[in-house]
Amino acid sequence: MDLAVRGVRHRYGALDVLDDVSFDVASGEILAVVGPSGCGKSTLLGIVGGLLEPSSGSVTTGGAAPQGCLNPVTYVFQDFALLPWRSVAGNVALALEPHRLAPAERAERIAAVLALTGLAAFAQALPKQLSGGMRQRVGIARALVVRPAVLLLDEPLSSLDAQTRLLLTDELLAIWARERTTSVYVTHNLGEAVALADRVAVLSRRPGRIKALLDVTVPREQRGKEAARGALAALEARLWDLIRDEARLADRERADAADE
Amino acid sequence: MLRMSDKSAATPAVAARTAIAFRGGGFVPGRSAWAAAAAFAALLAAWHLASATGVLPALFMPSPGAVGIALWRLAESGALAQHVAVSLQRIALGWSLGVGAGLACGIAMGLFTLARAAGLPVAMALFPIPKIALLPLFILWLGIGEASKLATIGLGVFFPTVVGAMAAVDNVPRSLVRMGQSFGLPPWRIVFSIVLPGALPGILAGFRISAAIALILLVSAEMIGAQFGIGAFILAAGNLMQTDQLLAGVALLSVLGLAIGALLTALERTLLRWR
Ligand SMILES: Nc1ncnc2c1ncn2[C@@H]1O[C@H](COP(=O)(O)OP(=O)(O)OP(=O)(O)O)[C@@H](O)[C@H]1O
Ligand SMILES: [Mg+2]
Repeated sequence: MDLAVRGVRHRYGALDVLDDVSFDVASGEILAVVGPSGCGKSTLLGIVGGLLEPSSGSVTTGGAAPQGCLNPVTYVFQDFALLPWRSVAGNVALALEPHRLAPAERAERIAAVLALTGLAAFAQALPKQLSGGMRQRVGIARALVVRPAVLLLDEPLSSLDAQTRLLLTDELLAIWARERTTSVYVTHNLGEAVALADRVAVLSRRPGRIKALLDVTVPREQRGKEAARGALAALEARLWDLIRDEARLADRERADAADE
Repeated sequence: MLRMSDKSAATPAVAARTAIAFRGGGFVPGRSAWAAAAAFAALLAAWHLASATGVLPALFMPSPGAVGIALWRLAESGALAQHVAVSLQRIALGWSLGVGAGLACGIAMGLFTLARAAGLPVAMALFPIPKIALLPLFILWLGIGEASKLATIGLGVFFPTVVGAMAAVDNVPRSLVRMGQSFGLPPWRIVFSIVLPGALPGILAGFRISAAIALILLVSAEMIGAQFGIGAFILAAGNLMQTDQLLAGVALLSVLGLAIGALLTALERTLLRWR
């Protein structure tokens, strides 16, 4: 399924957050969205996922959803958004609850995503018993159990430590190699963006607009290899060149706003 | 850093080494099982001694032994069971009615703008009235029987429950609600699968407050117009200057309060195991 964002603007009261944002995500493509903090990345993802109403503009999907897709546009949240009173399996099951499914299929879907995310042994564990990395694996499993057509990930790894982040980056790559789910991946980590995405959209500081769209030319299956490091590092440096001044100005504007 | 190489240790120019003194302890309350028992024993011993030496005149403050005997006699005669049963029935019924209605209103106010806009100012205006002041009015309306007492207890716990339940619903993270919406959960499912379980810790914490209020109102109401019940018993004992009986009643109330607390703790342990 593909995604088209057209002329999206958003204001919170008097605060202009997004200014005429348009882009496409092709079917099976992973688009990373990077930008200085506070530029409206989460707002943009909220609008794409139908959780926020844009002041103007539209978001449309096209093409067929994959077989067995129950919730075409599905989120993975930064703070995991797990129900602490439910077990791992219970949290994953929540995503299936609005749908009529045969009990056998329900169980089979849950078992499959728990196995895929390495959670099979933790099905009955409560979130409080899990590490941050394991919790986000639950968040990912819950998103995958509905076989989404479009995955929206809002800084899914940013509350994890650096090593866990690397582990989950690899796991996401493996999942994407299997599922080829169209995805929008918001991050402030440029390394993550070039490691995971097919294209990277750079947002300007608030009010956010698309400043650049870069292709990550290294094929995804080669990114872990030694030979690809140079090209990826060069791309990361280019991204930082695009963002540095924006980030500095955004930081200064925040300081000014705090002074007022 | 302490042992860069063996050579430096052999160099005579190195000054005497200083051990880093431990300075991190304290400020962490520990446990002491005997201290609590000792405190109670000391209190009882002091009381007993004061009674035995006549510092406390027996007429105004009986000895702990006399209170114990009074309690024993009450239990034997069956009066204790009767008073406790009547009081328990009143507090259980009054509290349940008030909390039930309060939860319904408070949760509605947490969920619906209109319910909150209309209900909150009313609740805030009536909250501060000490509900025991309304007992005479309830007696006029409902008579001196059970209904007026239940109404006082119920109304007394109603308002704190309304405010507490509303706050508990407010405190459920909105991110969890948005998560539910992002998976297409219908509103009623979001309420029953996300909002209410999320509000449960706050609601149970409110039970402690409302139980304490209910106990106060129970005793007050029983002192104003009742034949049976712990409050009525204490008042009657006071009128007859039977201070041993009076204190036996007070001890019963303390046990009742502790039992209610233990019940609520058990409830929290079973319902909130996930915390
Ligand atoms: N509900 C809201 N009401 C008012 N202002 C908001 C609201 N949500 C966000 N904002 C403001 O809008 C701007 C964009 O917020 P948003 O969360 O989309 O940025 P972001 O790019 O995701 O930031 P971050 O990098 O910190 O995650 C910020 O300045 C933020 O303070
Ligand atoms: Mg954000």
